Amino acid sequence: MSAQTPILETKDLRCVFTVRQGLFKAKKPLAAVNGVSLQVRKGEILGLVGESGCGKSTLAKILLGLQDPTAGALLIDGKPSSSFSRIDIARRVQPIFQDPFSSLNPRKTIGDIISLPLRVHKLARRDEIRPKVLDIMDLCGLSKRFYESYPNQLSGGQRQRVAIARALIMRPELVICDEPTSALDVSVQSQILNLLTDLQKELNLTYILISHNLAVVEHMATHVAVMYLGRLVEQAPTDELFRNPRHPYTRALLDSVLTPEPGMGVPDSQLGAAFPNPIDPPRGCTFHPRCPKAMDICKQAAPTPIVSGAGADYDMVECHLYGPQEARAA
Amino acid sequence: MSRILEVENLRVDIPLESGTLHAVRDISFHVDKGETLCIVGESGCGKSLTSLALMGLLPTKAIRTANRLSLGGRDLKTLNETQMADIRGSRMAMIFQEPMTSLNPAYTIGNQLAEAMLRHRKVNPNEARERAIYLLEKVGITAAASRLGQYPHQLSGGLRQRVMIAMALMCGPDMILADEPTTALDVTIQAQILHLLANLQKEFEMGLVLITHDLGIVARVAHRVAVMYAGQIVEEGTVEDIFRRPMHPYTQGLLRCIPIPGKTARGAHLGSIPGMVPSLIGDLKGCAFANRCPHAFSDCNTTDVALRDASGGQRYRCLLSQEAATQNAREAATA
Repeated sequence: MSAQTPILETKDLRCVFTVRQGLFKAKKPLAAVNGVSLQVRKGEILGLVGESGCGKSTLAKILLGLQDPTAGALLIDGKPSSSFSRIDIARRVQPIFQDPFSSLNPRKTIGDIISLPLRVHKLARRDEIRPKVLDIMDLCGLSKRFYESYPNQLSGGQRQRVAIARALIMRPELVICDEPTSALDVSVQSQILNLLTDLQKELNLTYILISHNLAVVEHMATHVAVMYLGRLVEQAPTDELFRNPRHPYTRALLDSVLTPEPGMGVPDSQLGAAFPNPIDPPRGCTFHPRCPKAMDICKQAAPTPIVSGAGADYDMVECHLYGPQEARAA
Repeated sequence: MSRILEVENLRVDIPLESGTLHAVRDISFHVDKGETLCIVGESGCGKSLTSLALMGLLPTKAIRTANRLSLGGRDLKTLNETQMADIRGSRMAMIFQEPMTSLNPAYTIGNQLAEAMLRHRKVNPNEARERAIYLLEKVGITAAASRLGQYPHQLSGGLRQRVMIAMALMCGPDMILADEPTTALDVTIQAQILHLLANLQKEFEMGLVLITHDLGIVARVAHRVAVMYAGQIVEEGTVEDIFRRPMHPYTQGLLRCIPIPGKTARGAHLGSIPGMVPSLIGDLKGCAFANRCPHAFSDCNTTDVALRDASGGQRYRCLLSQEAATQNAREAATA
């Protein structure tokens, strides 16, 4: 649809750690991110979902330039990330972390915390710093009187606003929100989500929203990528994914969402309990031991991504049910 | 139906330098056999202290008072520490939020499972072992016998929480208190654990108090719901009434805050509850929610508000009449 270059694109990104399993045992490779290709375009909100241990946070670290990928390419504005310095990347991509209690330095004032990026990047003269900080605090719904306060004087919701203000003071293009509301109460969560929505419209931001709360992802995201054991197994526009989940894992995730509707009972997601050991992943499709629709071929061969659509309607599923040889949907 | 747990005017006070913190303020509720009561509220509303007060596990500084606190007709208030220890883990058991910190890393699963039974029942270690295997299979753990020799760090979060549930069931309690049992788990595992808990509760006809902040969980597992705010129960009723006809402005506000797939429009503003919870130190004048309530009027700040009855056994702590509250609920639902 649009020929616009994605702000961020990854091609077959891999990140392998070597893990020692015991004092005298040999080191083994652990592929935390195992061939991830995705694209994010300006103005999109990409929701990234998956269970703990699937590699979401490692992927986020790579995108932020905090972790070097073992293989694959990371393109920012169509140029390889190696052509940017760490500081250049930080100017374009900023994070918001989950826990506003541990991501703010308790010994610095709110003004110091929010202005630190400006000082590191030398983007403002000394006398410009205060007005800029007050500006962004106002935008993030923080009262001026917090300028000299310390983080312990603020509530959880206010601290998360500080973290958002700090991320946005650089006017980045892309903000990576790693579980931005999961440490917060329901009534505060909705305020932060509203703030993120407003800021996105106002500053024309692009988000990658990592969350295990599918209701939040459905509410915010324009596109969703589902991650399982280091790979993306399905990617689709949000409406499409929630209306017609194709991968059995996506189906199971959606079935596990507890919407506040009384009398529906707790759904049985039909997934076996065992999340496989990433050091010793199952052969073939890594999802097959838990998959209710597993076939013989799933135990032998890993499926390849089936891509349909292009550009802004990018759409992908990686499952033998939809392989070229079995084109009929089961 | 028989009452298992009855609580009347439970208070928890914590003396601090700056005054007394009234963490739990005169709450009353009951649980019947085979019934699930969900206590829902935001952090700091006193829901966890309520469960610790019932178990007799409050920090030593905290002072517990109650007009009535009875488990299966037995008065818990008069029990001394040893007698309480006889009840804890035997008649009444607790499942905590974080299975990693509530299991002892230095002992095997089998050891920890057997411990409660050897303490409370006249059984030999073999019988305790048999029971442990039986319950581990009940909670869906495969190869149960071989798990007994494993240590907590060898199990995943979901498995550990299953072990915690099995441990709570060892002595066949009448009552289980579960404090945020699935908050630390993934959504898929959360659904499995809740499914399991609901089935076991039905099978063994236990009373269950489930403490959570997640309204999705409440809607799916509760029979009755108590909504807590600032140490008080502000609304109580059946799960259908609470979700379909919330009377208290706080409950109405909470329900507007959560996005519901397919119902709330993408990127639209969610409802929010402006303002902050009042300080619980010292006495509150008037309604605790008045400073955040969209329907507050002058009387709310001066009059103490009692729980009032609505139809169908629902109770709510608000000065608004049932008609006005229902009207607000309807407007909130369409807004």
